[in-house]
Amino acid sequence: MNRRRSLAQLVADHTILVTLAIMFLAPFLFVLLTSLMTAGEAGSRVFWPSSWHPENYVRVFQKLDMLRLYANSATYAGLATLFMLLSSIPAAYALARIKFRGSRLIFVIIIWAMMLPPQITTVPLYVMWSKLGLTGSLWPLILPNLLGDAFSVFLLRQFFLTIPKEYSESAKLDGCGHFQIMTRVVMPMAKPGIAAAAIFLFFWSWNDYYGPLLYTSQNPKAWPISYALATFRTTKNVDWDLTMAAAILAMIPVILIFFAAQKVFVQGITLTGVKG
Amino acid sequence: MAGRPNAREEVRESVPAPPPAGLISRGSKRKNLTPWLFLAPMLAGVGVFFIYPLAMTLYYSFTAFNIFTPPRWNNFANWIYLFGADPTVKTAAKNTLWFVLIMVPTRIIGALVVASALTKAKRASGVFRTIMYLPALIPPVASTIAFVHVLNPVTGPVNTVLGKIAQGLSNIGLEVSLTPGWFTNPNWSKPSLTFLALWLVGDIMVIMLAALLDVPIEQYEAAELDGAGSIRRFRHVTLPTIRPVILFAVVTGIIGALQYFTEPAVASAVAQGKATVGGGMNSTIGWPGQSTMTYGQWLYLEAFNYYKAGYASTLAVVMFVVAAVAIFLLLRRFSEFSPEVAS
Repeated sequence: MNRRRSLAQLVADHTILVTLAIMFLAPFLFVLLTSLMTAGEAGSRVFWPSSWHPENYVRVFQKLDMLRLYANSATYAGLATLFMLLSSIPAAYALARIKFRGSRLIFVIIIWAMMLPPQITTVPLYVMWSKLGLTGSLWPLILPNLLGDAFSVFLLRQFFLTIPKEYSESAKLDGCGHFQIMTRVVMPMAKPGIAAAAIFLFFWSWNDYYGPLLYTSQNPKAWPISYALATFRTTKNVDWDLTMAAAILAMIPVILIFFAAQKVFVQGITLTGVKG
Repeated sequence: MAGRPNAREEVRESVPAPPPAGLISRGSKRKNLTPWLFLAPMLAGVGVFFIYPLAMTLYYSFTAFNIFTPPRWNNFANWIYLFGADPTVKTAAKNTLWFVLIMVPTRIIGALVVASALTKAKRASGVFRTIMYLPALIPPVASTIAFVHVLNPVTGPVNTVLGKIAQGLSNIGLEVSLTPGWFTNPNWSKPSLTFLALWLVGDIMVIMLAALLDVPIEQYEAAELDGAGSIRRFRHVTLPTIRPVILFAVVTGIIGALQYFTEPAVASAVAQGKATVGGGMNSTIGWPGQSTMTYGQWLYLEAFNYYKAGYASTLAVVMFVVAAVAIFLLLRRFSEFSPEVAS
């Protein structure tokens, strides 16, 4: 009796799961199918293509200058991530591992900087970058990372805190200074955390729409793919088949990196410093 | 501020163990300087990209400023306009409040439903988790375009299916209209954005799932032995564990609603079929009617379409105050839940 009930429960649970999974996947399937249709079918009620047109993806590259868009996105996301790591790892290390007067205040300021909507400071920052002549490029979005990113500092600090102090204490006894402890002890042990922070910022920059809208909308040559995607339909008279193909092409790098890095994410959660 | 209850402990911890004799003088001086060297770039960043622009925003809010010529002081003119005369800010604030009251709770309940379904997966739980998280991962512009297309009133698959159902019902004598205009109808545009936000629920879902998996299974078993039904089990076992996550989701949801921009802007432009470049997009923001005009979009338009940057700064100061109250509440409650999070 009880066993039959739990079997029924199991079936019910998995029915719900599969239904939810189908609902979450359905829009992807629809976009994928549309991207493989003729332009006429893509703009109609047809759900399943009557003929398949993978060459749509080649046409996207020819028609929309995809290579430049990819390059701009990769420059934005790649440099932003690199700069963030350079500036934020030492800051997070100091907040996690060095006791000093004022560290609590700094940490609270970081939480506020992380949580407040960026729109609040948009006007003065735009004025600043336009005085420097850098509007019309992605630099106003890349360069600030050289001076730290609040969310990344927060994330890295939380991760560094999970590394047992004994490791850095024993390094200190061996005569290491803080810089050496950071580069030789904490950073190697915090690789999953550092990778997670890097991937978060990379995705955030790759997906960013508001920043590029603000700083590059006047200069199509600087557009990253996330921004350009929103303009295809009408500025270039692109049909739905190509728009959907471009949308898929914008998602692919993010999805690939996610799958490649899933292990790092899991490691980041499970491996908390004590191993071997 | 955040972790005041914890301050004493901090002091106690920071009392250093007596260092070996001979190391004191040189070592302690260096120790005082080192953290500041490590923090220097970030502190400069906080100053240049956070504190300075916050102060400037406050200053601009009392000026007439068009970005390109120097600001002119105009006392409280912007403030009086904001609270008295601006017709659009009321609509924008109402719509933003709609998103706070409807979209934020809907997403939290959606995240809870999906996360608890995921805890029951016996097999391939990683695959299911990835599938539910995927939409939150991809560029929001891509997901918005996809969703507007799926909900296209004429050619989208949702209305095609709903149309067939309505057809079937009319065959048996029930005349109902089941095919809304979704993103093209001012009554449906906000619910449509809410459906989109549900599809993108992965970000909260992941945190919720982690919290749900933290609930000790023994507690469920004990509650079940005591004869607690599923509702009581949820109230007395699950809810206390996920309460911090819910609070976090509510606060970040309010802040997210204040700055809600990409999805409504792109959805309006795509649904109306206009370009989202320069003047093109600015002309479609809020469409249809002003039904999707949010506070964050209004701030953007005032600053960068009408070049009323002084007034936009006034809008920004109000946004700051609302967000600050939310953050303050979060930090205070979090230090009650678990001091180490806020410390």
